[in-house]
Amino acid sequence: MDFQTFLQQLVNALSLGSLYALIAIGYTMVYGILRLINFAHGDIFMVGGYLAFYGVSAFLMPWWMAVIVAIALTTVFGVGLERVAYRPLRDSPRISIMISAIGASFLIENLAIVLFDARPKAFHVPEFFARNFVLDGVHIASVSLIIPLVTAVILAVLLWMVHRTRTGMAMRAVSTDIEAARLMAIDVNRIVSITFAIGSALAAIGGILWALKYPRLEPLMGIMPGLKCFIAAVIGGIGSIAGAVLGGLLLGIIELMTVAFLPELTGYKDAFAFVLLIVVLLVKPTGLLGKNQGEKV
Amino acid sequence: MNSLLSKQQFMSRNNILTLCAVLAGIVLLFVFEGLFDSFTMQIFKLCAINIILALSLNLINGFTGLFSLGHAGFMAVGAYTCAILTMSPEQKEVNYFLQPIVPWLANVHFPFVPALLLGGLLAGFIGWFLGVVALRLRDDYLAIATLGFSEIIRVILTNAQSVTNGSLGLKGLVRFTTMWWAWGSAILITLFLVLLIRSSYGRAFKSIRDNEIAAESMGIDVFGMKVLSFTISSFLAGIAGGLLAHYLTTIDPKQFIFLKTFDILLIVVLGGVGSITGSVIAAIVVTISMEALRFLDGPLNLGFMMTNGIPGLRMVFFSALLMIVVIYRQQGLMGKSEFNWDALSRIGLLPRRGAKSGMGEK
Repeated sequence: MDFQTFLQQLVNALSLGSLYALIAIGYTMVYGILRLINFAHGDIFMVGGYLAFYGVSAFLMPWWMAVIVAIALTTVFGVGLERVAYRPLRDSPRISIMISAIGASFLIENLAIVLFDARPKAFHVPEFFARNFVLDGVHIASVSLIIPLVTAVILAVLLWMVHRTRTGMAMRAVSTDIEAARLMAIDVNRIVSITFAIGSALAAIGGILWALKYPRLEPLMGIMPGLKCFIAAVIGGIGSIAGAVLGGLLLGIIELMTVAFLPELTGYKDAFAFVLLIVVLLVKPTGLLGKNQGEKV
Repeated sequence: MNSLLSKQQFMSRNNILTLCAVLAGIVLLFVFEGLFDSFTMQIFKLCAINIILALSLNLINGFTGLFSLGHAGFMAVGAYTCAILTMSPEQKEVNYFLQPIVPWLANVHFPFVPALLLGGLLAGFIGWFLGVVALRLRDDYLAIATLGFSEIIRVILTNAQSVTNGSLGLKGLVRFTTMWWAWGSAILITLFLVLLIRSSYGRAFKSIRDNEIAAESMGIDVFGMKVLSFTISSFLAGIAGGLLAHYLTTIDPKQFIFLKTFDILLIVVLGGVGSITGSVIAAIVVTISMEALRFLDGPLNLGFMMTNGIPGLRMVFFSALLMIVVIYRQQGLMGKSEFNWDALSRIGLLPRRGAKSGMGEK
């Protein structure tokens, strides 16, 4: 393993990790506010990819317009999902709302099989994203540069929003204590909807970037990235936006570096994240940047 | 307890009725076997296997209140152990053509029952281990950890080529799971679980579900009980996996992706989380309707138009059903209540019991 190969793997790991980070932010924000693992998040990600695909192939939009429309529609879809599947269960036991999330994910996947067809579709990659640079022998596709950039910009905007705006303050209040926030005249439903809107928009961006990186769409393509990004959020400390980004980057780096340095473990690649999850949960359940929440009787 | 009383308890009307019902069920199975073709019988067998799966998931999710999503993994362990042990050495040579099987397994050849039990025991042991490690976690963390664990098992099965034959799977298993094995196990396991839930262990499980802290302060070994429940549940899932392997006669790791756990969860939720009766009824109804609704995947005549076959529509129906039940009727079919003979007499289907035998049942 020479230095050049290492750099090449690092570039790949950074772009994969940033993609994980982008999706992990959606998990962490929803969990921070509702204490709910949004199992359907990975499927929202898939819907984003498909909508962009149909925008270009069926409605013949230019790619930038298809991207904007897909993000907007996915956002509406995510907010609608919360209305239909999660809001009626807000005061139910946590297990019920989790079963509802699993059911929603199951339903979206099966609907996607019916509507989008189970056969994989080839995603058209615009020329702008397909360009290849060679830098010191390291090959960099332009999409591998764009992904970390997009993630960095979104992270900055979100941190500003959560810590510097009134909506962000309301979000932090709801995540600390829903009841108290309601007493302070915060419209909890509005905050939850905004959170889902942001999370779904990020999932859509993630889905489109994923499709640009791996140009193949399948109805079940959201399951594995969805689970892994949830794990990334847990590793970073669920509820913390910076933690989600850190967790996503770490997961991407660990996954690709292990495969690069120990090629005989390639077949076990999909298991790394889960092993990491179990280790983190046992050693430091609050994650790297998470706050400790005492147990209430 | 003096022996006269326990004899009287055993001979109570309700227990006699239960015994009669089981015997009637066995006679009914005889009749069915003569009456129906082998395709229908296959579905009946699947009902029995799904009953075992639903009950074992309900034990952990419904009665102990631990949300576990790792069932597909335990099934896989049971299925693979049982299948590898029962395969004859010649059959193994045929199957493992890409990479020969490890020598210490090559000549092992067990009869069905010990292999099935060993599969269950191995699944139970792994369940015990996972329980000791992961049951410190609760709620959604436990769910995601167990889900991850079942995925780890599947990845190992896919990659351990010389033990499990990897993604090629195992083909040509003997069809050991007859009607009698499937339903015999289902009835035995149902009775075992009814007795378990009524015992002091079952009450301890339920107290943990209802309020863990209260249970602990009443002196219940909460962690030990959770591990016990988890171990029993994985043992039963392993048995069901073994039965399933010899029912399908072909297994491969893809069958045990965690979507399989969702199928079982569907049955448990529809039947009622925390009801044995509910799980049994829902397992039978869901299994039969999964077959009966197969026409949804084929071409449909909607009266005004014909659709070409839409594969997947059947699963859309079931997942939508799951959502509707969770949102509008969380208790499912039975809630936490169980079938009992006294309820039948209350609504007048059976004569009321005399005051004398009132101490037999609660």
